[in-house]
Amino acid sequence: MKIIVLVKQVPDTETNIKVGDKSINEAGIKWIISPYDEFAIEEGLRLREKNGGEVIAVSLGPDRVQESLRQAYAMGADRAVQIKVDNYVPFDTVLTAELIANFAKAENADIIIGGRQSIDSDSSQVVIQVAEGLGIAHISFAVSLEISGTSVKATKEVEGGTQVVETSLPVAITAQKGLNEPRYPNLKGLMAAKKKPIETKTPADLGNPASKIEVVGLEPPPPRIPGRKLEAADAKGYAEQLVKALREEAKVI
Amino acid sequence: MSNVLIVGELKNGELKKISKEITSAGRKIADALGGKVTALLIGSGVEKFAGDLGAVGADSIVTVNAGDFNAETWANLVAGVIKDKNPSVVLVPHTSQGKDYSPRVAVKVGAGIIADAVGLSVDGGKVVAKKPIYSGKAYGNFKVTSPIAIFTVRPNSQEVVQKAGAGAAEAASPSAGDAKVKIVSSDLSGGNKVQLAEASIIVSGGRGIKGPENWPVIQGLADVLGAALGASRAAVDAGWISHSHQVGQTGKTVSPNCYIACGISGAIQHLAGMGSSKYIVAINKDGDAPIFKVATYGVVGDLFEVVPALTDEFKKVLG
Repeated sequence: MKIIVLVKQVPDTETNIKVGDKSINEAGIKWIISPYDEFAIEEGLRLREKNGGEVIAVSLGPDRVQESLRQAYAMGADRAVQIKVDNYVPFDTVLTAELIANFAKAENADIIIGGRQSIDSDSSQVVIQVAEGLGIAHISFAVSLEISGTSVKATKEVEGGTQVVETSLPVAITAQKGLNEPRYPNLKGLMAAKKKPIETKTPADLGNPASKIEVVGLEPPPPRIPGRKLEAADAKGYAEQLVKALREEAKVI
Repeated sequence: MSNVLIVGELKNGELKKISKEITSAGRKIADALGGKVTALLIGSGVEKFAGDLGAVGADSIVTVNAGDFNAETWANLVAGVIKDKNPSVVLVPHTSQGKDYSPRVAVKVGAGIIADAVGLSVDGGKVVAKKPIYSGKAYGNFKVTSPIAIFTVRPNSQEVVQKAGAGAAEAASPSAGDAKVKIVSSDLSGGNKVQLAEASIIVSGGRGIKGPENWPVIQGLADVLGAALGASRAAVDAGWISHSHQVGQTGKTVSPNCYIACGISGAIQHLAGMGSSKYIVAINKDGDAPIFKVATYGVVGDLFEVVPALTDEFKKVLG
């Protein structure tokens, strides 16, 4: 069973973001694997442990993404592939998906799994676009997954609850929180990961798809409505003030 | 001519508010570009909503008769209508359904897509979509350069404006194709009475509620306000409530008009999920909690006293 896990490198949530004209200022940013992709890596490893085969971790971006690939190695991935895109735009989902789909096609992958969304763009697009590009099934927001032979059974989160769905390989999956508890790489794994090879592919190797979006510009978030702490003698006093503020000032209730 | 197609969404046979929100947004775009707005509704008996969408700016309504939602067949149906109508702008709800089929539609029709837009404007004959990025720590403006541009639009981000379009309904029957994924069963009992991601008011509880037995305190306020019940990661990880209620980075991103945070300290991961709420009320014993930095109205006090008092006060004024 050949399993491709998608590993997106994103700024740590706690990192301070400085906005440049068309991208962020990367100086001083701490990079992490997007949290949902950690569920994807873990699921890939569990599927391999149960069914055999190999796990290929793939990340798109400049050379800094090799750090995330080494972390995937340390968790237990068998191969790591960097799709080397130096001026990577993290919001260009169609371009990203086309590169990954072309890679997955060449590898003849059975399973492609990634997080339900990345925490830098929140687009929830790439994995399903890969599925469409390959003409295969997809299951989004998976919270449980069982694969035996070529049959796939999963529980997915839907609005207001869950659904049990069935399909057959090949399949693309987006991982939702609850699917598993990602393992921590141990020290031995981290040391070994430093020596493992990282394969690189260029956009030219993967069909050189064209971008379909233009970044007009980035800006800081809009200023918030200035806040204030209310003062009152007791709970009833607070309640009266809040109701008045929300109904007469904010007019939201 | 730059025509706009919006894809509406239903819930239990009723038109969702997001459908009107994107119809109004589509009307504004079409007026700026000199085009028409077509609204697409998929489901059974959807013709009856033609007037509702006409009233908020749809020139025509295309209806497609179909059974339950399946991302693959929906993608085929939407792509079929796009190929037939050839719009230059397509607006889709950024809901769990929209996120499930829109990626396939984009690839099928060769369109660029910007997901989770909260602002839509027109510049030089093209739509500029604004979206929060990097957990809301920045906003990005993007154009789509392909002939068809698709945008998924965050619920509650667009105003519903009454503006009459013709609203003429026409039925279409594009090919649904076969779905590779079969739905075996659905369990819709665990969710919110009011959908979290689309709610205009949310009342959330965190570690400060002390235990699962105290949810009725929070739910009581939510019920009076017709609000959805949210929770912080701390409350979910403690096992006090299911993950479907979680707001934040590993939960749902929400943009309600009013977010009432009860006993929530406001970790950065929580702020990432609710920071774009229009008005934020924080009720917390710890006056130094980070939630007060984003709160429009802050109450430093015991939620077990303040929340019931607030529920009573709202009961009084809302009758």
